[in-house]
Amino acid sequence: MNLETVPLTHYLFLSATLFVIGVVGVLVKRNAIVVFMSIEIMLNAVNISLIAFDRYLNLHDGQIFSFMVMCVAAAEVSVGLAIIISLFRNKPTTNLDDFNIMKS
Amino acid sequence: MELLIFYPLAGICILFALGVVINNSPINSAISLIAMMLCLAGVFILQQAHFIAILQIIIYAGAIMVLFMFVIMLLNLKGKGEDDKWQSRDRNVLLNILSGLLAAGILYKLISIINEAKFNSPALTYENFGTVREVGTILFTEFVLPFEVASILLLVAMIGAVVLAKSKVD
Repeated sequence: MNLETVPLTHYLFLSATLFVIGVVGVLVKRNAIVVFMSIEIMLNAVNISLIAFDRYLNLHDGQIFSFMVMCVAAAEVSVGLAIIISLFRNKPTTNLDDFNIMKS
Repeated sequence: MELLIFYPLAGICILFALGVVINNSPINSAISLIAMMLCLAGVFILQQAHFIAILQIIIYAGAIMVLFMFVIMLLNLKGKGEDDKWQSRDRNVLLNILSGLLAAGILYKLISIINEAKFNSPALTYENFGTVREVGTILFTEFVLPFEVASILLLVAMIGAVVLAKSKVD
């Protein structure tokens, strides 16, 4: 289509960078909701590479797959936020360091 | 043209993603996540994934982030106190440095893998590649079973969320 197209590797670099930012968020942040947001960043980063390869290979499978990723993300967020709400009801904080009820 | 749009979008995207991690208050993190998702929708349009770009705006920036905002405001989380700081009282600086090093290692490895891979010059996409019609045709013929299974997954998640939020944890 265009003569000057962005090479596939640059889309993959963007994807890798966003994924690593998400990993840092999960490792460093202690607020459960922000950890969930970082997981969303990671899912989005995977979607970028799926769609970049989808265009590169001239297939539509990558788009279908990222659609499925979005479905799973929506399901994960609804269940995860419900878990956070019911944890908050038990102990009024969202700091992950305060939750060690699984430790016997 | 694509170059002119892609690099600013990618830069803004990374800045807002960093904003999610750096901000201390969860509501600021949520707003910068919304901005990041809108930029990503632009990136998807550049790659002729129009359907996914629209879904990105409707589902992520619309539904999921509204849910996040709703929960943040429901729980009345403020950006004060030690709960939301970069390092809270129980974690020392060493752990944060270690996780930063781990992340830098992952990034370095990913970038070196991408650099080593040899991609051919991209094949020219055909006329109406990535239109909603094309994607919809494939979604409802070849991938109709995964599509229906996804709807069951969403139903299960909905029931699960209602049950979890209703009952008390003992």
